[in-house]
Amino acid sequence: MAGGYVLADSAPGAGFDWSFFWHYLFAPSSTFLDGLWRTVYISVVAQLLGVVLGFLIALAQRSRHTPLRWAGAGYVWLLRGTPLLVQLVLVYNGLAAAGVYRFNDVRVAGVIVLGVVQAAVLTLALNEGAYMAEIFRAALDAIDPGQAEAAHALGMTPAKTMRVVLLPQALRIIVPPLGNEFNLMMKSTSLLSVIGLQEMFLTAQSINSATFKTFEIFLVAACYYLALTTVWSFVQKFIERRLADPGRAAPATPSFRHRLTGGARGERGVLSTGDIR
Amino acid sequence: MQDKPGLEQGTAATESAGPATVMSAREVIKHFGGTRVLNGVSIEVGVGEVVVMVGPSGSGKTTFLRCVNHLERIDGGEILVHGLPVGYRRGAGRLGKLVEDRPKAVAERRRNIGFVFQRFNLFPHLTALDNVAVAPAKVLGVPKADAREQAQALLKRVGLADKASSRPSALSGGQQQRVAIARALAMKPELMLFDEPTSALDPEMVGEVIAVMKELVEDGMTMIVVTHEMGFARSAADRLVMFDQGVILEEGPPEQLMTDPGHERTRTFLRRIIEHV
Ligand SMILES: Nc1ncnc2c1ncn2[C@@H]1O[C@H](COP(=O)(O)OP(=O)(O)OP(=O)(O)O)[C@@H](O)[C@H]1O
Ligand SMILES: [Mg+2]
Repeated sequence: MAGGYVLADSAPGAGFDWSFFWHYLFAPSSTFLDGLWRTVYISVVAQLLGVVLGFLIALAQRSRHTPLRWAGAGYVWLLRGTPLLVQLVLVYNGLAAAGVYRFNDVRVAGVIVLGVVQAAVLTLALNEGAYMAEIFRAALDAIDPGQAEAAHALGMTPAKTMRVVLLPQALRIIVPPLGNEFNLMMKSTSLLSVIGLQEMFLTAQSINSATFKTFEIFLVAACYYLALTTVWSFVQKFIERRLADPGRAAPATPSFRHRLTGGARGERGVLSTGDIR
Repeated sequence: MQDKPGLEQGTAATESAGPATVMSAREVIKHFGGTRVLNGVSIEVGVGEVVVMVGPSGSGKTTFLRCVNHLERIDGGEILVHGLPVGYRRGAGRLGKLVEDRPKAVAERRRNIGFVFQRFNLFPHLTALDNVAVAPAKVLGVPKADAREQAQALLKRVGLADKASSRPSALSGGQQQRVAIARALAMKPELMLFDEPTSALDPEMVGEVIAVMKELVEDGMTMIVVTHEMGFARSAADRLVMFDQGVILEEGPPEQLMTDPGHERTRTFLRRIIEHV
């Protein structure tokens, strides 16, 4: 048995190397972990910036000033209408090649931020902003116009109406699609390999070219992407529950099991057992 | 009532019929697209007066009320509250020409005009107490604890002291409308506008809302009420106003209009709604 595995190790394409797979899955190299870490923090930062940018663009699209509305619509049209891959290459390689702007490494609070990381975060955030703008716009449109009218009638300015009345209600609507966006974002970071950013995918590729364990190493990468998106789906369910209207949501304090399993199964359990009143 | 800040009695005296006039409309015209919905509406409402407006569906009652606090723009004529236009200011130079005010100024003018909507429009993400406290706290800058204390007193006044921590979704229609009245009162308005406050309610809940409104009348509140509750009109209104096709067909003491109107249309309309109730 063991001999068979040794043979497979030394001969590429001769079978699945379980020991290599388990090793990389449970004791990944520090290069691999660095790649994983970059994937996570670039996703988080780009998503946060994208949410803020998206909100601002949605505001522009609702502005009473026509040029602002046009600018907002134009932005969304441009950024959603071109592939992220092309945008990445244009921002990082294109701008430098044209001599417009070169992303250089900078030191922020004692930490060196690579030029390529700056370009990656910027492009992902700009791209994400367009999608988040659409999500914000749809959520704000879904709120009964009577809400804004009631706020106005109480003497709230448009800004206060947004902050006090509309945004809190919009956030509830936004969380599910936002969760979806962040899930996509984490997977989109694999595209950063084209500009040479050593995130998880490119790290896996380097390991592959050194070991030729193609199936094994990319399966490991797939497992890690899956772990990230799975953890996120739990976080998302948790946020959704925290934002839910207590007047309507059945459980006041969801059980631990409920929180862990999340989703429909938990809901059904609550409905069948929890309606004691 | 006399020393409200921001209420310029001097201007009020010079610009309208007299300091006792709270609201005066002159030849108000309003179009929606090609259709003329208000076709020269003129009316004055004095301090402490209660005016009930009736009229066939589509005659422009709601539109007129909405114009009073600038939820709708007007296309001609003018509406003054305390002698000053709402939502408009005198343009520089050219006399008499009104230009639309900046949103912030409009918001400020709306502060002491209360509006009660047919469909309540409570804020679903806030408790009953916070629905009432939110505007004083966020618009007037009243400290949160004080705003809540006043809100609790107002909820007590409308008979809902025990519902302070309920969300609107957990309240009946009648209770929601009473919270909405308390919410409007929290801004200490000098004019209250009611747009069919009981017509979205089940019949058994109409009485509780009417009772709250009658108490307001006894406290001397100036009110314009669009309603087909003729019992309220008969016992509480100083004047009954008949709207028809975008104009005021006639107005007068309720008893007179109900028994001896000047127009046949008023007679048939009032007979129909009195018999229907
Ligand atoms: N936002 C709008 N856009 C276009 N037309 C409108 C709008 N609001 C009202 N209208 C039209 O204006 C006319 C007057 O409407 P309004 O709501 O003021 O009537 P109303 O007297 O309040 O009637 P009701 O008793 O049914 O409430 C109607 O013909 C209505 O269709
Ligand atoms: Mg109406």
